[in-house]
Amino acid sequence: MTEYIVLSAILFTIGCVGVLVRRNAIVVFMCVELMLNACNLAFVAFARQHGNLDGQITAFFVMVVAAAEVVIGLAIIMTIFRTRRSASVDDASLLKY
Amino acid sequence: MTFWLLAPLMVAAALGILFVRKAVHAALLLAVVMISLAFLYAVMDAPFLFAVQIIVYTGAILMLFLFVMMLIGVDAADSVVETIRGQRATAVVLGLLFGSVLVIGISQVTFGTVVGLDEANAGGNVPAIANILFSRYVFAFEATSALLITAALGAMVLAHRERLTPRATQADLAARRIRDYAEHGFHPGPLPSPGVYARHNAVDTPALLPDGTAAESSVSRVLAARGTVRSAPALADDIDDVRRQLAGEGHSDPSTMPETSGKAGTPANTEEDVK
Amino acid sequence: MAEGAHAPVVAPDTGAGGVFELLWLVIALPLLGAVLLLAVAPFLPGSARAAVDRHGHLLGTATAVASFGLSLVLFLSLLGRDAEERQVGQHLWTWFETGSLDVGMDLLYDQLAALFLLLITGVGSLIHVYAIGYMAHDPRRRRFFGYLNLFVAAMLTLILSANFVGLFLGWEGVGLASYLLIGFWQHKPSAAAAAKKAFVINRVGDIGLSLAIALMFATFGTTDFGDVSAHTGEASQGTLTALGLLLLLGACGKSAQVPLQAWLLDAMEGPTPVSALIHAATMVTAGVYLVVRSNFIFELAPVAQTAVVVVATVTLLWGAILGCAKDDIKKALAGSTMSQIGYMMLAAGLGPVGYPFAIFHLLTHGFFKANMFLGAGSVMHGMDDDVDMRHYGALNKAMPVTFLTFAMGYLAIIGFPGFSGFWSKDKIIESALAENLLVGVLAVLGAGITAFYMTRLMLLTFFTSRRWEEGVHPHESPRVMTVPLVVLAALSVLGGVLLLGDWIVTWLEPVTGHAEHHEPPLPAIAITLLITAVVALGVAAAWFLVGRREVPREAPREVSFATRAARADLYGDAINDALVVRPGTGLVGGLTLFDRVGVDGAVEGGSAAVGGLSSTMRRVQNGFVRSYALSLLGGALLVVLALLAVNLG
Repeated sequence: MTEYIVLSAILFTIGCVGVLVRRNAIVVFMCVELMLNACNLAFVAFARQHGNLDGQITAFFVMVVAAAEVVIGLAIIMTIFRTRRSASVDDASLLKY
Repeated sequence: MTFWLLAPLMVAAALGILFVRKAVHAALLLAVVMISLAFLYAVMDAPFLFAVQIIVYTGAILMLFLFVMMLIGVDAADSVVETIRGQRATAVVLGLLFGSVLVIGISQVTFGTVVGLDEANAGGNVPAIANILFSRYVFAFEATSALLITAALGAMVLAHRERLTPRATQADLAARRIRDYAEHGFHPGPLPSPGVYARHNAVDTPALLPDGTAAESSVSRVLAARGTVRSAPALADDIDDVRRQLAGEGHSDPSTMPETSGKAGTPANTEEDVK
Repeated sequence: MAEGAHAPVVAPDTGAGGVFELLWLVIALPLLGAVLLLAVAPFLPGSARAAVDRHGHLLGTATAVASFGLSLVLFLSLLGRDAEERQVGQHLWTWFETGSLDVGMDLLYDQLAALFLLLITGVGSLIHVYAIGYMAHDPRRRRFFGYLNLFVAAMLTLILSANFVGLFLGWEGVGLASYLLIGFWQHKPSAAAAAKKAFVINRVGDIGLSLAIALMFATFGTTDFGDVSAHTGEASQGTLTALGLLLLLGACGKSAQVPLQAWLLDAMEGPTPVSALIHAATMVTAGVYLVVRSNFIFELAPVAQTAVVVVATVTLLWGAILGCAKDDIKKALAGSTMSQIGYMMLAAGLGPVGYPFAIFHLLTHGFFKANMFLGAGSVMHGMDDDVDMRHYGALNKAMPVTFLTFAMGYLAIIGFPGFSGFWSKDKIIESALAENLLVGVLAVLGAGITAFYMTRLMLLTFFTSRRWEEGVHPHESPRVMTVPLVVLAALSVLGGVLLLGDWIVTWLEPVTGHAEHHEPPLPAIAITLLITAVVALGVAAAWFLVGRREVPREAPREVSFATRAARADLYGDAINDALVVRPGTGLVGGLTLFDRVGVDGAVEGGSAAVGGLSSTMRRVQNGFVRSYALSLLGGALLVVLALLAVNLG
């Protein structure tokens, strides 16, 4: 049991660091997906631990929300790319002091 | 057993996402993680999520990623230089701290015996999930439908582009062509078609001009750049060869005719040879 | 200082019908004139306005005369009543009511108010008539008469009010009218400055009066003369002394007593009828009225009474000394006014013995001083508005009527036997000698100085050699100006009849209380002879020092210190400047500096610190979403650590 949760934590941390160090917006997005998946893994593992299906249902909802989020996020990335010819998150840094 | 096979693979693939420079490679590595995850779901008595993970995540979402990547350029790669000072180091340090805290914290916890899903899945995993989904979580489920519709609408709005100038009509295009001809001498009509010969009729064979030279604008510039344009005079070589055989050394089977080589041979002697 | 004396309680009879129902009209008539001339006239259409500008002075005069007629009728009606019923009240309306304070618009018409009413409306009417001639060529005559009417209405409010708040309303009203009239020729910077000076110094006195009213309300719960006079016995000695001193401060401001005397001489910048009416006959005597009216307080506060006497004695000498040195005829008369009010205050400070004589002298002074001021105005009128006596001389031939009437006033003020001033001043000095020898002697000395400076004024103006320039043609003033002079001269001569059979003492006794007469150190006839002798000495001194010498056209520079001091108003302005103005300026400068450096520094420093901190902190908002995510991760780490610390620790 512990090993699943530890794996989930490791994947989540890798996703975190990925968001922080990568600059390509699409890769950043992938890292976010990785974090979501790590959470899903924990949910499913806990579902087995407790012997009911609520965890699996939650993982299912997470997937649905992730799908919606990806649709919108990629559309935003497309729009930004269309106007700035760049997919780097550092280029969109005008909203500052 | 499966876990211990898949876990190192997943961690390695996930770490790969951090280090590869090309976004496409990152996507492929993410696919590895996701499919492995799907297997882990299967191992943990969640066959429905196994299928959804494969179909929705790997099949749809990840493909959407690749699709967008194709649109904005597959070749796009991160530069190695970090623009924000100290960001990378701080991120790594904080990430390591965060990960170790999580791992240490989790390892301190005793989870007790695993109950297992045999009982819950007694009538099959999919009917059991359906039972819960459409009873206890029915409102959340309906809410997700609203969410998805909103997301679809939002994507459409974001992808929509307003046309700022009127569409160019046939008359505009014709006028522009004539103006280009008047100002820059560009040919207003269609480009000449490639040459059509008795034995050759392909886009890589240029047409011949009245003085016997090849018309360069009759073949694609790409082919010219690749150097795969045939030499029109050279096309006559094998005919000459046949003539020679007919005239001299007797019968020869057409199927054993030597292949023409583009650049070999001498320029054509006469036009009528070709025609 | 009548120790343990009980002042009579004011208990007006509010049910008196008949002509007393019209009491309010005495105030309302001049007020109506003021409103019409000042508030309505400017908004009339062109032709009507021009008509008002041409004939407005007649309206103003008519209201004053009508008010005088009404006062006369009222006085006669009061004479017809029994001595015990001569306090008539009238409740007009409730002015304001807040908490337990209930202030009504109440009028009180008693023996004291009756005399004042006659003086104000009578002398006021004469001066209105005089001003018709004096201001004939002034383009703003309508406005002048509006102000005069406003003054009369305010003065009558002051006199007739039955409580201290109403009195204060009139008090401020006359202050406003005085300000407006002193500065009537506002195009002259000196007039504007004089008006401002009078206003500011009067505010100091008004603070005293308003504090007295507040203290009265705190102590007695009312400001009504009747209620206060009925309850003064219940208040503590300290409260009564404080009340008396605060009232004295108010009186000092209005009546130009030391130390608030500095404004009166400058107030002569106003037109001469104003000087005669406001700054000689009526308004400046309001302080005396206040002290006499508040006799129920001063009776029980001997300390305050002593203060009144001291202030009065200092002022009567101060004013007399000023009068000796001034070459400006109006300023010399103003110094004399100050001195004569000092006599009145002195009498008022003596208690019930002096009150009737204070009022008596106030009345006679009102006659002869108004007479002399108007005479001075007449002289100025003939001398092209020149006020320097050194440019006059030998005018008795050129202006016979003015000269004769002025001479009546002169004889009255120096106390020539038989003239009104003789009777009134004589009585005051007699009472003073009986109460306190030192004060009495100083008062006698003051009478001598008075004789000196008035004789000097008389000689410089009407006798000695002719000193006016070639282009000046002294001429007698028109009838409209001389007739009031004649009337006032007659009053100056005959004013003494009020003392016949001690009529005025008996008349005022219900208001001021019965007096225990002390025996003077000398028999009355000896005192009279003494005073007359001193006066004769003063006249003789003036004759030898002024009348028999050649008078230079320019004031000599090489003069004694005393003369220089007197010319500089005994350094009154310098004292004010050193004691009040400069410390005040310094204090304000210090406060400004503190505000700028301390308060502004703290506020602006605080804002600058916050601003600086913010501009440093805002660097965190660098626009990079990954930096924000990093902070997020740091925060999450902290939360996880906290959770672990709580759960595992």
